[in-house]
Amino acid sequence: MVVISDILVQGVQMLLVLLLAPLLTGFVRKIKARLVLRQGASVFQPYRDLLRLLRKEVVLAENASWLFRVTPYVTFSAIWVAAALVPTFATGLLFNWTADLIAIVALLGSARFFLALAGMDVGTSFGGIGSSREVMIAALAEPAMLLIFFCMALVAGSTQLSTVANFMASSYVGLRVSLGMALIALIMVALAENARIPVDNPATHLELTMVHEAMVLEYSGRHLAMIELGAFLKLLLYVSLIACVFLPWKIAVFGAGPLAYAVGAASYVVKLAIAGFLLALFETATAKMRVFRIPQFLGAALMLGLLGTLLLFVSRSF
Amino acid sequence: MSAVALQMICVAGLLGVAVLATMISRLKAATSVVYGATLALSAVALIGAMRSLLDPPAAAGDLVLPIGLPWLGAHFRVDALAAFFLVVVNLGGAAASLYGIGYGRHEPAPHRVLPFFPAFLAGMNLVVLADDAFSYLLCWEFMSLASWALVMAHHREAGNAKAGYVYLVMASFGTLALLLAFGLLAGPAGDYGFVAIRAAQHTPYVATLVLILMLVGAGSKAGLVPLHVWLPLAHPAAPSHVSALMSGVMTKVAIYGFIRVIFDLLGPPTWAASVVVLILGGITAVMGILYAMMERDLKRLLAYSTIENIGVIFACLGLALAFQANGLKLAAALAFTAALFHVLNHSFFKSLLFFGAGAVLTSTGERDMDRLGGLIHRMPRSSFAVLVGCVAISALPPFNGFVSEWLMFQAVLQSPDLPQWALKITVPAVGALLALAAALAAACFVKAYGVTFLGRPRSTAAETAHEVDRYSLSAMFILAALCLLAGILPGPVIDALSPISVQILGGSMPIQADEPWLSIVPIAESRSSYNGLLVMVFITISASLAVVVIHRFASHALRRGPAWGCGFPDPTPAAQYSGASFAQPIRRVFGTLVFHARDHVVMPPPGDTRPARLRIELHDLVWEQMYQPIASAVGLSADRLNRLQFLTIRRYLSLVFATLVTLLLVLAIWS
Repeated sequence: MVVISDILVQGVQMLLVLLLAPLLTGFVRKIKARLVLRQGASVFQPYRDLLRLLRKEVVLAENASWLFRVTPYVTFSAIWVAAALVPTFATGLLFNWTADLIAIVALLGSARFFLALAGMDVGTSFGGIGSSREVMIAALAEPAMLLIFFCMALVAGSTQLSTVANFMASSYVGLRVSLGMALIALIMVALAENARIPVDNPATHLELTMVHEAMVLEYSGRHLAMIELGAFLKLLLYVSLIACVFLPWKIAVFGAGPLAYAVGAASYVVKLAIAGFLLALFETATAKMRVFRIPQFLGAALMLGLLGTLLLFVSRSF
Repeated sequence: MSAVALQMICVAGLLGVAVLATMISRLKAATSVVYGATLALSAVALIGAMRSLLDPPAAAGDLVLPIGLPWLGAHFRVDALAAFFLVVVNLGGAAASLYGIGYGRHEPAPHRVLPFFPAFLAGMNLVVLADDAFSYLLCWEFMSLASWALVMAHHREAGNAKAGYVYLVMASFGTLALLLAFGLLAGPAGDYGFVAIRAAQHTPYVATLVLILMLVGAGSKAGLVPLHVWLPLAHPAAPSHVSALMSGVMTKVAIYGFIRVIFDLLGPPTWAASVVVLILGGITAVMGILYAMMERDLKRLLAYSTIENIGVIFACLGLALAFQANGLKLAAALAFTAALFHVLNHSFFKSLLFFGAGAVLTSTGERDMDRLGGLIHRMPRSSFAVLVGCVAISALPPFNGFVSEWLMFQAVLQSPDLPQWALKITVPAVGALLALAAALAAACFVKAYGVTFLGRPRSTAAETAHEVDRYSLSAMFILAALCLLAGILPGPVIDALSPISVQILGGSMPIQADEPWLSIVPIAESRSSYNGLLVMVFITISASLAVVVIHRFASHALRRGPAWGCGFPDPTPAAQYSGASFAQPIRRVFGTLVFHARDHVVMPPPGDTRPARLRIELHDLVWEQMYQPIASAVGLSADRLNRLQFLTIRRYLSLVFATLVTLLLVLAIWS
């Protein structure tokens, strides 16, 4: 019985992330529209877009291979599994220990690998330009990410997200400069990984600095729906990651009962809303940068991570 | 029969096959006979080695042959470390033999390959088996020479003669360093048996020198930057299954030598040594993969990626040294296990990828990626196997490459326990370098796979390619299956490696078989854990769920049409993204510093109808600033000394006399 309820809670988490992900994107779009005094589409528009795409036929390029058709499902499922392994409303779920932080990020790497390959599959210049820039950004983001994790693991003594979240929720932590640096660096990396302004523009694919949208240009119909849903999930994943590590308030401990879960879920939705609002505010206030400014942007994230780690060493030794 | 006797019989068998091959190599059936025999012998040796690794005998007996140094004889022994490397060697050997049965039929000059292939396998086995310095060096040279002969198999092709020459020079240089290292280890008493060397006390001065000499000797064979220059020339020059052996297995034999001397024979390490190894490993990893990223020749790309993986392994070994020097046994065992796991993994996927490159070469005759493309349609099975290899080498879950890199990062995260400040700062920095190398590896293999197998064919050769034979395919699929198996069941592999860390470091990782659900837990579950099997199962379930739901509820309509390309159709396949264009962002970010890369655009004036041209300028700084000055200095002094060749007999005699007097004077002053 216990096992069944455990699996049930894990299933609820998987469904929750799947259902909330388009809403978060819709919310960010709505806020962005309101900030520039547009009415904006409804927050539920992403759901409608997905349903519309699912009903449409797929137009496949003549020389697209099986890899091109398999990739949407592979990337979607890799991102979904990764998103389901990040604690959202409760820590210590049944399968949370399946993968730690490094493995979760590597799962996203698998998704990106296949997507970049699919960009190369049809043999158009747009796919190539998108893929090559995507892997460049990944190459810059990954070392920064490792140093951020290093900093976090140094504080919490673990890379297991549930343990980290429980530790951060406890009263031992307090305010630390290193954690602040890690937070800023993680936000910068998250912006780059999710193809958001100032690194990439999620709203367009008709300019030469685009990355993600160029890579998936040849997709249509149900394939595109899978890829879009994957992108929504990825945004949600990073927001959940930041929330569970840096703002773990009211997150339920596993086995705390339905009431605590409900409180955890409510606070999770509130955190998502706050993060979405801040993201929209930031994107409205910033301009997209040139592609070859990205190394400086992500280099700053790397340096922040390194500095945070070194500061921790210094503060520990005294 | 004892384990070592079985191995020696297999080696004798391999040498016998080599002799047989010289006699029958011109026959038509020779290819199948020779590779079939090496396959059988490698398989027997593999089973024997697996048995001695999984069920180690209480005391590893040694075998003494009455050859070699007269007062010593030649000692051979199989302990846990040797058994593991014998598994790597013979697994690679068996796979290469199986592949060779099919691939070897396309060989234009079989008599240049067949005799040396078994000899090369025997040489690698012997290096791992040797238990005294003299036999070790002798076998090492035998292995080098056999592989050199294989590199020179197609000596008339452009560049191969140079490759063979550079390889020979670097191999001799490396052996010289090894010779000096063993000389120092044996000391003035001159007892060359490994048992005696292990028992002796070594002064810190000797230990430092031995470390440097081993880094030069084993490092040059393994491909440590800046001693790597021969590797991307020589490995691709050999026939593809030999390239696979050289890259996947021979570099591992060099790593075996390094582990044997530094961890086993030299005694407890100092932490300063670990800093050197760590930094060299980190730099090698990043440099290797950056070189690979810039490459357009498929086999050379793979050879450069070998350098990256060697860097990763050396970085893990450096970590193990650091922890061992500070008595952190558990963390040392973790880093050491990561290194060994990566040795195994790299031998799987690098062999697989070289087999794939060989398949491409057989069916198109091309190694230049920018003349390939679209092979996934014409070689579906090979391209599937190569895809598995590419995912695995890019360290992506749920395949095996990820597991060893994950273990490595877990070891990196243990570094706050280290007391020395230099290490505290070096380890995270090297960790960041390794993360960079891992991400660049993924980029590099997106490029390699995307340009070679995806897109539209860029030449008629690529357009008319066909699938390769059954033997080649089965060798590739066996290795691909091993990549997946080691990725989803890492626990048994880690447990199988634990006797080695016990033997070498005196401690091992916790036994993983006790963990529920086949997870791996390096230190404690609250710290970190990973379960490849569950990740695989989850991905499979959610992907099938998605497929079922989509196909149940969504539209099934599918129409083929011309590529959309934002309304700008590319007129010719040549307008696709090529390897060089794919590498452009990374070339621009890293290449300006590392390769002094410059893009020159020659734009004709308005009205002129000539096409614009883009020329990419890249400099191999290691070659230009380290090796070319040495080469020109050697050339210059050779020119000067050349005059001595044309003296009269009188002058020669006076030269001899003068030398004699000088030597006597030196002796007189010395004593």
